[in-house]
Amino acid sequence: MKRVLVNEPVCMGCHLCEVYCQLQHSKHEDMVKAFKREPSRPIARLRIEEKEPLFFPLGCQQCEEPYCVNACLTGAITKNSDTGVITTDEEKCIGCWTCILACPFGIIRQDLLRHKSIKCDLCQGLETPTCVANCPNEALTYTTIED
Amino acid sequence: MTHLPKVKYLIIGNSAGGIGAAETIRCADKDGSIAIVSDELYPAYSRPLISEYLAEKCSLGKMLFRPLGFYEALNINTILGKKVIRLDTKIKAVQLDDGTEISWGKLLLATGGIPTIPKVDGLNNTGVFTFTTINDAKEIDQFIKKGHRAVVIGGGLIGVSVTEALVKRGVKVTIVEMKDRILNTILDEELSAMATETIIKHDVRVITKHTLAEVNCLFGTDSVHAVTLDDSRGIPCELVVIAIGVRPRTELASNAGIKVNRGIEIDCFMRTSHPDVYACGDVAEPYDFVYGENRLSPIWPNAYLGGRIAGFNMAGEATEYQGSTTMNSLKYFEMAITSAGVVTPPDDSYEVLSRKYDHSYKKIILKKNGLLAGMVFAGDIEKSGIVFGLMRDRVNVLDFKQALIAENFGFLSLPEELWRQRLKTAFYPQFSKRRLVKTGVL
Repeated sequence: MKRVLVNEPVCMGCHLCEVYCQLQHSKHEDMVKAFKREPSRPIARLRIEEKEPLFFPLGCQQCEEPYCVNACLTGAITKNSDTGVITTDEEKCIGCWTCILACPFGIIRQDLLRHKSIKCDLCQGLETPTCVANCPNEALTYTTIED
Repeated sequence: MTHLPKVKYLIIGNSAGGIGAAETIRCADKDGSIAIVSDELYPAYSRPLISEYLAEKCSLGKMLFRPLGFYEALNINTILGKKVIRLDTKIKAVQLDDGTEISWGKLLLATGGIPTIPKVDGLNNTGVFTFTTINDAKEIDQFIKKGHRAVVIGGGLIGVSVTEALVKRGVKVTIVEMKDRILNTILDEELSAMATETIIKHDVRVITKHTLAEVNCLFGTDSVHAVTLDDSRGIPCELVVIAIGVRPRTELASNAGIKVNRGIEIDCFMRTSHPDVYACGDVAEPYDFVYGENRLSPIWPNAYLGGRIAGFNMAGEATEYQGSTTMNSLKYFEMAITSAGVVTPPDDSYEVLSRKYDHSYKKIILKKNGLLAGMVFAGDIEKSGIVFGLMRDRVNVLDFKQALIAENFGFLSLPEELWRQRLKTAFYPQFSKRRLVKTGVL
């Protein structure tokens, strides 16, 4: 099972991972257009956590036994039994925020305009998540974790 | 009388608990036969979505808790629209209302709850409803017309959810709550007041400290035209929704000699007083770590989790329930509130810390030993799960309690040693600490 890992000392706190995440999950291919033209401003699915001198991006940990999946009222959040990736079916999500209360890492985001909860999907369809691919200092790696 | 072949796992109840158990059993036992019996005709649906259905935003298809083909894919036999009328634990069989008998190896009682109905006159008349099933929502949907007036008895989560749906349908609603404030079990006074203010803005009337005395009909008809409250005041209305709570459906268990308190008594393996019978969800009393005792826990996430633990154990993977507590999240009328555990301390041995910001409110309740007993977050709730996680894992927070309600609270606000340790937990099953060695019970 592959996960995004952080090499903390190398992270410069440049927030590019957030920017590329927003872009990847928006309808436009251009960041300026994505920000200006989409009614619901794209939301980064990972966040730089800061406490000087430390900073690093924190996103969904794709938990082995995910609290969000177990708590989801509608069955919108599921864990793929083959890949272990946890994703939200936005059609089914009603924005009840139960997953937000359930997540011990506080990494599920609220899309308040669309009433949907938003989380990292490891960029389904891409070979490497965009945050990893665009990290200028290779602080993020996409690594296979042994079970 | 029909006899079905013996099933290895029989599950009574086709909602959160039953599904949690069924899919977990199938992970642990690829071949053992599983059957689910339910008196509802529908495939498992998300019960909290009935208010979305009533508000007409949501199709029946969208309400399905699991995708079409779920039961077939996991090879689960469903017996829907049938009620179990008798449970015999000696010969390990149940009897359905059509006479069918099913014998089982392991049984799960996930029978849920039914609405509590007050003992007042006039409840049999046309226009009186409850609101816990899709059928309830359908009946209300077919009954209401724009401009109708409704009285909702009970200002808890169900009462507020049906109120929101009715308001969206153009119905004028009055909520009648017996206690001094609505949502009193899941919100503190501050947020109850805020919720009331928000709801009133939607042209809803909120009456507290009163209760229903009688439902009145037009003379010579059985159509509701008013309710009378305990202070003799009358409120004209076309419909009444009873939402004063649910009680566990324990009859099957108690008639079979299984130990029942308010709900079915279970141990940390979700097992009842009979070694092959398990229970979970609204009908059972799982361990609550805040109260330090087993008690009813009628919320969806705990039902699912209880079902999952029961499923592991039924399939022979001994797994201990680490305990849970009430957790709720509110989104009605555009509010964003999360709360868990005890929201108003029962005595002054608890320490309460709270802070109000421009767009948020954060409050935690601590026990003397430094463990979190409760929390309420409103507005800025995205990080509230971090706090609930500490509560759930019984982390002593005395040394950094103020940080938990700080405006800029985040994961790195925790002591470094703690957040590093917590990050690692993602890679292990949440039950790992307590999961016992496989015992091969079957």
